[in-house]
Amino acid sequence: MRKLKVMALFLVVVTLLLSGCFNNSGTSEPTGTKDKPGGNNEVTEKIIRTNSGSEPGSLHPGKAEGSHDSWILDHTFVGLIKKTAEGKIVPGMADTWEQSDDSLTWTFHLKEGLKWSNGDPLTATDFEYAWKHVLNPETASVYAYQLYYLEGGQEYNAAEEGADLKALEDKVGVKAINNTTLEVKLAQPTPYFLEVTSHFTYYPINKKVQEENPDWYKEAATFVSNGAFKLTQWNHKENIKLEKNENYFAKDEIKLDGLFFTLIEDENTAWQMYQSGELDLVYPLPQDVTGKLMAEKDPIFHNGPDLSLYYLNINTKEKPFNNVKIRKALSLAIDRQTIVEHVAQGGQKPAYGIVPPGILDTKGDFQENSGDLFKEDVEEAKKLLAEGLAEEGLDKLPPFVYTYNTLEAHKKIAEAVQEMWRKNLGIEITLENVEFQVKLDREKAGDFAVSRGGWIGDYVDPMTFLDLWITDGPENNSQWSNKEYDRLIAEAKSTMDTAKRMKAMHEAEKIAIEEFPVIPIYFYTKPYVVRETVTGVYAPINRYPQMELADIQ
Amino acid sequence: MLRFAGKRLLWALVTLWAIITITFIIMHSIPGDPFAREGKMPPAVYENLTKHYHLDEPLYVQYFLYIKSLLVFDFGPSLKSSTLTVNDYIEKGFPVSLHLGIQALLLAVVLGLIFGVIAALNRNKWPDYLSMVLAIIGISVPSFILATFLINYFAVEWGLLPAATWSSWSHTILPTISLAMLPMAYIARLMRSSMLEVLNQDFMLTAKSKGLNKGFIIMKYGVRNAILPVVSVLGILAANLVTGSFVVESIFGIPGVGELFVDGIFNRDYPVILGSTIFYSMVLIFLIFIVDIAYFWIDPRIKVAGEEQ
Repeated sequence: MRKLKVMALFLVVVTLLLSGCFNNSGTSEPTGTKDKPGGNNEVTEKIIRTNSGSEPGSLHPGKAEGSHDSWILDHTFVGLIKKTAEGKIVPGMADTWEQSDDSLTWTFHLKEGLKWSNGDPLTATDFEYAWKHVLNPETASVYAYQLYYLEGGQEYNAAEEGADLKALEDKVGVKAINNTTLEVKLAQPTPYFLEVTSHFTYYPINKKVQEENPDWYKEAATFVSNGAFKLTQWNHKENIKLEKNENYFAKDEIKLDGLFFTLIEDENTAWQMYQSGELDLVYPLPQDVTGKLMAEKDPIFHNGPDLSLYYLNINTKEKPFNNVKIRKALSLAIDRQTIVEHVAQGGQKPAYGIVPPGILDTKGDFQENSGDLFKEDVEEAKKLLAEGLAEEGLDKLPPFVYTYNTLEAHKKIAEAVQEMWRKNLGIEITLENVEFQVKLDREKAGDFAVSRGGWIGDYVDPMTFLDLWITDGPENNSQWSNKEYDRLIAEAKSTMDTAKRMKAMHEAEKIAIEEFPVIPIYFYTKPYVVRETVTGVYAPINRYPQMELADIQ
Repeated sequence: MLRFAGKRLLWALVTLWAIITITFIIMHSIPGDPFAREGKMPPAVYENLTKHYHLDEPLYVQYFLYIKSLLVFDFGPSLKSSTLTVNDYIEKGFPVSLHLGIQALLLAVVLGLIFGVIAALNRNKWPDYLSMVLAIIGISVPSFILATFLINYFAVEWGLLPAATWSSWSHTILPTISLAMLPMAYIARLMRSSMLEVLNQDFMLTAKSKGLNKGFIIMKYGVRNAILPVVSVLGILAANLVTGSFVVESIFGIPGVGELFVDGIFNRDYPVILGSTIFYSMVLIFLIFIVDIAYFWIDPRIKVAGEEQ
């Protein structure tokens, strides 16, 4: 009998231990638009339930990093300007702005009566303070370089130990002239500066709050923002709830009561939660689901543009890849349409250039104006390979290694490319799967032949892709160098004349495609699903789907 | 008993120190960098980051700084999060993983023992085959397949249970089953073979010939003796379960500590790697200690090591 008592006690203890173990028990779960088959469709509150891939590392605009951080930030903060669904720049916190004749000084006039979510007035000082805070070396902000466009920005951020930080800070080119006027001085003319100010690193922070409580951004209770929504619940690693910010200047445009982000890492699970009616919008989707939904033309499926390129680095310092013809042969022998349709299956666009679609040219779309800069051609590839080998004094391409980082999707593409090169060119390669960190390490050391690469643009301008491959550029893993290319990029960077810039960049892209320092494979897209009852969601090229202006029918 | 515990504690500390030191060395000798990424990282930004986290100090200084902070149970910051520290991760995550782990452990032990005993008592008859087929399925089907399968039917198709997240007891059912399947199968097989061995022992025959009730014999003499090998693996099993499963937790979106170690290594998040290693070791050492005591309690013939000297 004694043992029975022990057992019973044990069970009681376990039950006690287990109950009250849920963070959510005291907080609210959204009721939103439950339209489970057979359930009642009663709409209590207009809340879009969606998933975010992981716990944000930081929701402080100056310390944030990944796209999971920025997705929440884009809905809780707003910078000087905003962008419409079509990519047009419209006023945000700033009502109007003008630039000096030399394009170095920008003056922003803020709207009157702006407020933070806690009711504090928002002034130009908050911007000045926020930007300087990011650049302060002690903040150790990863994205500080986004503010290097400012005069004195890089100098302040790169200050050596013992330097006079105060003096350097005062030299940074941002100043609140009065409560509503912000004067910005740039280090050099930057044609896409306005665009850049929509990046989260440029969002303002509430000076008073930051000074009183430097940890304000770690919990919902102390979180203060200026965007359409405010953070009202953050169960770390579980979920995040945003509610409409009544102090937002354009609050009348906001139809939703809030957003609810469940932090789910697994794409399959997120998709299953959508199917079981627990989520309304899911991004990203598993590959096979994307393929299926696209084939079925499902109305819940949307495929937005994405500012990113999937490519292969070729180590141009290594023989025989120093030979242009061999690099070109490798590129021409890849069937990109097959990779996109049957391997990647995400509705991607085959890349016959370097700059993805969705970036404005002088007129129309930059990528469309470029057109396809090369054509796949197996016969031509064979010829080029033979010529290239002859030039290098080889009779056969020595076996080489294709390095990719561990991920099923990269593996599939690597295998497809391997097979295409084997079939079309008769060359044998080995695939090597390494950890992401190891791949980065090898690329930096130039210890690879061919490696998988990917690039997401920092801002919406062809330059964010094209300046990657300037001589000794930080991401130029191919270690390629071309004087004419460098000259064209420098020219495009030094002028504010859009026509001249675009022309130089088109020419530069052509050179890159003549020489293939990298082999472009495809342009990513942004496949997501959203319930048909939800309207007004749009996916800008460099952002996750935006729900600010959405509504639920 | 006290002397035994004291000695064990001392050894535990030495073991932990060795684990910390070895992990520290290995961690810093593998390629990679916590701040490496595909993308721009101007040298100034990199230097500011390393300075901020004291990674610019010589390794031995970092080592002593770390040991010093450990003495006050400070596992340090996470290099990937400016919001949560390693302590936060463990404090918030462990109760969740512990909850899930205990549920899975209870399920695995109870069902595993029942299946094992039934199989042994019905050797080479259909209940035996059935339990062993179940056991083989449990061992060979990976948990991520089982989990996806369960979500698909119970949540998506039939709408009986929520698909994922951790917000009420019904949310715990599917992950518990996914997590319990493997240890259950393992325990069932172990219990079966151990039980078969015991059933052939002389004392079982003696008990039977004394005319004792069959159920009583099986419980009192059979199970109690056969359970010993199961108890001996229980410590490691329990440690595995309560420290969270990377796969199950990430599929179900459970905010536990299961992903900590894997993510830590993937990101080269040094304090997270060290913190989670130390934490797992502590749990393991503690549970093995508990198992040793349980052994003693179940089978008084076993002398606690060190008591006789």
